[in-house]
Amino acid sequence: MGIFDKLKSGLAKTRDNFSSRVNGLINSSKVIDEEFYDQLEELLILADVGAKAAESIINDIRKQVKQQKLRAPEQVRALLKDELERVLSKNAASKDMDLYPRIILVVGVNGVGKTTTIGKLAYKFKQDGRKVLLAAADTFRAAATEQLEIWSQRAGVDIVKHEEGSDPAAVVFDAIQSAKAKKADVIICDTAGRLHNKKNLMEELKKVNRVVEREYPEAYKEVLLVLDATTGQNAISQARVFKEAVDINSIALTKLDGTAKGGVVIAIADELSVPVKYIGVGEGIDDLQDFEPKNFVSALLQG
Amino acid sequence: MTEKLQSAFKKLTGKGKLSESDVKEAMRDVRMALLEADVNYTVVKEFVNKVTEKAIGQGVLESLTPGQQVIKIVNEQLIELMGSSQSKIKWASAPPTVIMMVGLQGSGKTTTSAKLAGYLAKQGKNPLLVACDIYRPAAVKQLQIVGQKVNIPVFSLEGASPVAISQQALEYAKKHSNDVVILDTAGRLHIDDEMMQELENIKLSVHPDEILLVVDAMTGQDAVNVAKNFNERLAIDGVVLTKLDGDTRGGAALSVKAVTGKPIKFVGMGEKLDDLEPFHPDRIASRILGMGDVLTLIEKAQAAVDEKKAMELENKLRNQQFTLEDFLDQLHEIKKMGPLSQIMDMLPGINAKKMGKIQVDDKELGRIEAIINSMTKQERREPAIINGSRRRRIAKGSGTTIQEVNRLLKQFEETKRLMRQFTSMEKSGRRGMLKLPF
Repeated sequence: MGIFDKLKSGLAKTRDNFSSRVNGLINSSKVIDEEFYDQLEELLILADVGAKAAESIINDIRKQVKQQKLRAPEQVRALLKDELERVLSKNAASKDMDLYPRIILVVGVNGVGKTTTIGKLAYKFKQDGRKVLLAAADTFRAAATEQLEIWSQRAGVDIVKHEEGSDPAAVVFDAIQSAKAKKADVIICDTAGRLHNKKNLMEELKKVNRVVEREYPEAYKEVLLVLDATTGQNAISQARVFKEAVDINSIALTKLDGTAKGGVVIAIADELSVPVKYIGVGEGIDDLQDFEPKNFVSALLQG
Repeated sequence: MTEKLQSAFKKLTGKGKLSESDVKEAMRDVRMALLEADVNYTVVKEFVNKVTEKAIGQGVLESLTPGQQVIKIVNEQLIELMGSSQSKIKWASAPPTVIMMVGLQGSGKTTTSAKLAGYLAKQGKNPLLVACDIYRPAAVKQLQIVGQKVNIPVFSLEGASPVAISQQALEYAKKHSNDVVILDTAGRLHIDDEMMQELENIKLSVHPDEILLVVDAMTGQDAVNVAKNFNERLAIDGVVLTKLDGDTRGGAALSVKAVTGKPIKFVGMGEKLDDLEPFHPDRIASRILGMGDVLTLIEKAQAAVDEKKAMELENKLRNQQFTLEDFLDQLHEIKKMGPLSQIMDMLPGINAKKMGKIQVDDKELGRIEAIINSMTKQERREPAIINGSRRRRIAKGSGTTIQEVNRLLKQFEETKRLMRQFTSMEKSGRRGMLKLPF
């Protein structure tokens, strides 16, 4: 199964999905009227795009329809696709693929799939022939280190770890020294899941960030926010607060193999200009893909 | 304080009956609020229609504007819809009672299992935790660690299937007189047929008395699909809402309740293992509406304040006779309403971020009280006479420092000045919120 097919099947598991509903709407509507717009808006909201973002998308489509004097609902399909693609590509991930050494700080709230994403990411870099080192800086959650260790074995990469409850910044410090000594290309740091409104935990994260900046200035620094596709509008708040604290510069959207559409990334792209870089579409070690706005929208719309 | 609140919520303009346009206008805001809170679109639609119907023609309370009246009705309907607080577990007639925890990956099953075990242990039960998640790396280890933290034994079995583990755990519990068995199952997607089948098999083999669906409070529109599938396949008995200590508005609670009709039994409020709380429908209702616990606060204020005292205070304010004694009275009124931090939480527009700077401290209130109590009556009425040696005496008497006494006096003057502004503002028809002296 090609990447695109896998994404499509990941996104299209239920009959009840966004795309078939869009198709249903377009096929059943004879004219582009208020009811049509309302229903289209409903579909966007149901995909977690958010009421505000949905409204602005619909307004843009409305303008286009007027300008181009469109009549047939069928013509709206292309408009919608263009509009979603435009928002998502607005700040497409920069082509930073060959900047090494690099250090990736993986952050996010509890339970979004940080550790799993790191496992997949490590495997991905390894496949590309890179030397990877994992840093088990989630020293808080019970057995988080063990979980990461198992992933390091699966991916066949090294790991730096400390005791549970130790200082995460110290783990990252050690990992950086070790990476320098072993000449690793990529360090991927797991961090404890934290709700973004917990001030102390966010301060701790800033400290880790400072250690990275001080100890490893020569490395390309990536701060990857992991978001759960099942999350609703709170994801915007998460992205905003994490951006303020540690200046996230990319997003990984996980659990897209469920029925959740992850439409909130459209709102995030629109509001915060942080690009989505990876998407997780399954539990396998190779189920992490580069995010392509075009494919994402197509999968969303074609079903 | 209460004075201000009442004035803020009381615009004595709206009387008579709610017109259709009153309701429609308010409902637009309500719809947006619900959608932004991640309540499912279809649920919102139904809810809005139902409330609109119900609200039109109702009498408007004297103290509320039509818009507020609609919000009040919405709030009541939300609370009603979410049911009463029923944080009860259905006990088996013959122990052990089997509780099965199910949900998506990352919803917080393992942590919640341990919290629930700790909660029940406190009620005198003797729970056993069972590690049925054989898929996620180190999941068993995680349960063992959290189990240890709450002092609850954990049953695990390497190489066995979740069904076999559950069955043997039951045997084990009977032998070791554990009267509650909590099964921590693996997280799974609701559309993963094979994995859902596994849960059905566990259900068939051990007949749980209680199946609890663990739902992340941050879940978006998809909450309905998740809840529906789990409920259809397993006939769940209740829901545990987790991660409510975040800033999510938790619309998922309403969605889940609407599609399953099953009660929300507990909420998870933090990472500490004793942070499992009974569910309060009223709190979550106003949280979803995004108005803090405004209504609760109004009620609390109304109940706590002696109306007559409030009138007296108002008069004094107007006549510039506000003294440290009144200040003390005011403090007592505030204290009656509950811990300050809680009161601040209930105010709309105050979020954790802003609160980071203002650390509200109940102890500070106590110190202020002590300082004022150490003054003579005359000093309370005429703070101007408090000179250096009086300050020393007051500090000594209240167990504080001269600096603290000075600060209080300065704050009091500040408050007085603000109140002057407030009363003159009121005369010119504008109403503003006062700053409290802490």
